[in-house]
Amino acid sequence: MTRLAIDVALHRAVFALEAAFELGDRGVTTLSGKSGSGKTTLLRCIAGLERPDGGRIRWGDEAWFDASLPIDVPTHRRGVGFVMQDAHLFPHLSVRQNLEYGARRGGDRPGPTDLDRIAADLGLARLLDRGVTNLSGGERQRVAIGRALLGRPRLLLLDEPVSALDVVATADVLGALERVLESLPIPCLYVSHDLREAARLADRMLWLDAGRIAADGPVWQVLSDPRLPFAQEEDAESVVAGRVEAVDPSTGLARVGFDGGDLWIAAGEVAAGSKVRVQIRARDVSLALRRPEAISVLNILEARVLDVSEARNSPSQALVRMQVGGTLLLSRVTRRSAAELGLAPGVLVWALVKSAAITR
Amino acid sequence: MDTLDLTPFWLSLRLAATTTLVLLVLGTPLAWWLARTRSRVRPVVEALVALPLVLPPTVLGFYLLLLLGPQGPLAPLLGALDLRLVFSFTGLVVGSVLFSAPFVVNPLKNAFEAIPAGQLEIAATLGAAPFDRFRSVVLPLAASGLVTAAVMGFAHTLGEFGVVLMIGGNIPGETQVLSIAIYDRVEQLDYRAAHLYSLGLVAFSLVILVALYASKRARELARP
Repeated sequence: MTRLAIDVALHRAVFALEAAFELGDRGVTTLSGKSGSGKTTLLRCIAGLERPDGGRIRWGDEAWFDASLPIDVPTHRRGVGFVMQDAHLFPHLSVRQNLEYGARRGGDRPGPTDLDRIAADLGLARLLDRGVTNLSGGERQRVAIGRALLGRPRLLLLDEPVSALDVVATADVLGALERVLESLPIPCLYVSHDLREAARLADRMLWLDAGRIAADGPVWQVLSDPRLPFAQEEDAESVVAGRVEAVDPSTGLARVGFDGGDLWIAAGEVAAGSKVRVQIRARDVSLALRRPEAISVLNILEARVLDVSEARNSPSQALVRMQVGGTLLLSRVTRRSAAELGLAPGVLVWALVKSAAITR
Repeated sequence: MDTLDLTPFWLSLRLAATTTLVLLVLGTPLAWWLARTRSRVRPVVEALVALPLVLPPTVLGFYLLLLLGPQGPLAPLLGALDLRLVFSFTGLVVGSVLFSAPFVVNPLKNAFEAIPAGQLEIAATLGAAPFDRFRSVVLPLAASGLVTAAVMGFAHTLGEFGVVLMIGGNIPGETQVLSIAIYDRVEQLDYRAAHLYSLGLVAFSLVILVALYASKRARELARP
C-alpha cells in the first residue's frame, strides 16, 4: 500500500529537481545518485525542511505539501525521523536525554517506546549516562539513529549517515542499522552514494540523475542495468539475496540458498537461518560453456545469458547479464572470450564464482 | 558627620534591574530574528541597535528629550496615557533601554548564531514546535550568552550618565542615580560622599564582572 507519494519540482540556481515516486508500508529504499543530483534536497523536502516550488507530497490521505492549495505542514507535525550526515546531538543533554527528546514528543504514534531495548540494539547501553561531546563518530551516529527511532516516526529518512565516518565506524554503524532496519515496521528512505551500503541495507533502489528519477526497482535490478553507471564501473557487482541454510564450522563456510541455487561464502559472523545479501563483482565471475570439473572454484551456477553489451569505458571488455533462476548475475569478460564462446541472448553457460571473492 | 544617603544607590540598582529585564524580554526575539533572518533590512536594524555605541550619550538624551517632552510629537499620546517620561524614573528606563540595547542584543545574537541550524531541524523532526525548540534547544545552548547579556546590560546601565542627565535631570529619589549623585556631590565639594559613592560603584562593578568571568570559566570546565 502506498504511504508516501511525492511529486515535486524545485528550481535552484545550480540545479533543478523534478522527481516523483512512492513508498510503500515498509522496507528500505535507497536513493542514490551522483553528488549534486538532488538527493539531500529531496529528502529535506519530504521532511518539510525545504519548500518545493511546485507539486505535492502526500502521506496516506494527508497532504503534507501541496503548492496549488497551498498546504505546507510544518516539520514537527509530519512525524518523520531524520538522521543527517552530522549526528547533531544536543550537546547540553546526556545520551539518555538525547534519546528521550524524541520519545517524549512522539505523541500517540505507534513505535518503539522501550529506550533500554533500543539502546541495547544499538550498543549504547553503557553510554546512556555519559555526555555526548566525547563520543566517537560511530557512537554519535548510533545515538542519532536511536533518537530518531524513539521519536516513533511514521517514516525514517537517513541522509548519508556513515559518509563522514572512518572504515571501522562505518562497519559499526551499518551493522547497527542492519539490526534495527530489518524489523522496522515503517518505510525508510536511505540516501547514499555508496553502492555497497545500498546493496547491504536496501530492497529497492531509486537512481536520481540531474534531479530526475532515472531508475526505480529492486536493488539487484538497478545495479545490473547496463544503461546505468554501476554496471559500467570497474567494480560493478550483482547482489544476491538469500538465506543461510547451513554453516560448516570445519571449513568456515556457509551455504546460502537463493532463488537459483546455492552459494558457498565465507561464514564470518552469519548464523544459520539469517537473511543475507551478498555481492559478487562482475569481474570475479568467469564463464564456461561446459561444466568444469576438478577446479578450485566452489560455486558453479547454471545461467542463461540475457544480453551482452560492450563495457563503455574499456572497449576490450564485454558486460554479460545472466539469469540464474530468479536472480540476475553480471559478468565482465573480454570481448574476445565473449566472441569465442559465442555468448548471445539465450545461450546456456556455467558461471564460476570463487567463494573468496564474495563479500557481504 | 551626617550619614550617607543611600537613595541614589537603590535607585541605580532598580534602574539597572528594570532595564535589564525589559531588554532581555525585548532583546531576545530581536536578537533571534537578527541571527536567523536573511532579510535585507537586517543591516539597518543592526546599525540602529549599535548606534548608541558610537554616539555621545548626550545626542541620544537630547533627541529623547525632544521626542518625549511636553512639546514633543509623542506628547498627545503620552498625555492620553497619563505618562510622564521626562524627568521621571519611567523616562530613565526608556532611555537606558535604548542606550544599553547593544550590550544585551549583541551577546544574545552571537550566542544564537553559534547554534547550528541542523540542531533545530533535528529537534523539529523529533516533534518540537517552534517555541518548544527555543526553550529546549536554543535557551540551554545560549545560556552563557544570556548571562553575558544580562550582566553587560546591568553593568552598563549602572554606569550611564549622559542620557540620564539629559532626560532625567537630577531629582533626588526619582532620577538622581549613583552617577548623577557623584557629579552632584563633587559640584558641592562634598568629596567624602563622592568618594564613597564612587568606590562603591567600582567595587560593585568589579564584583559582578568577576562573577561573570568566573561563571564562564566554570561553565567551560563543566562541559561534559
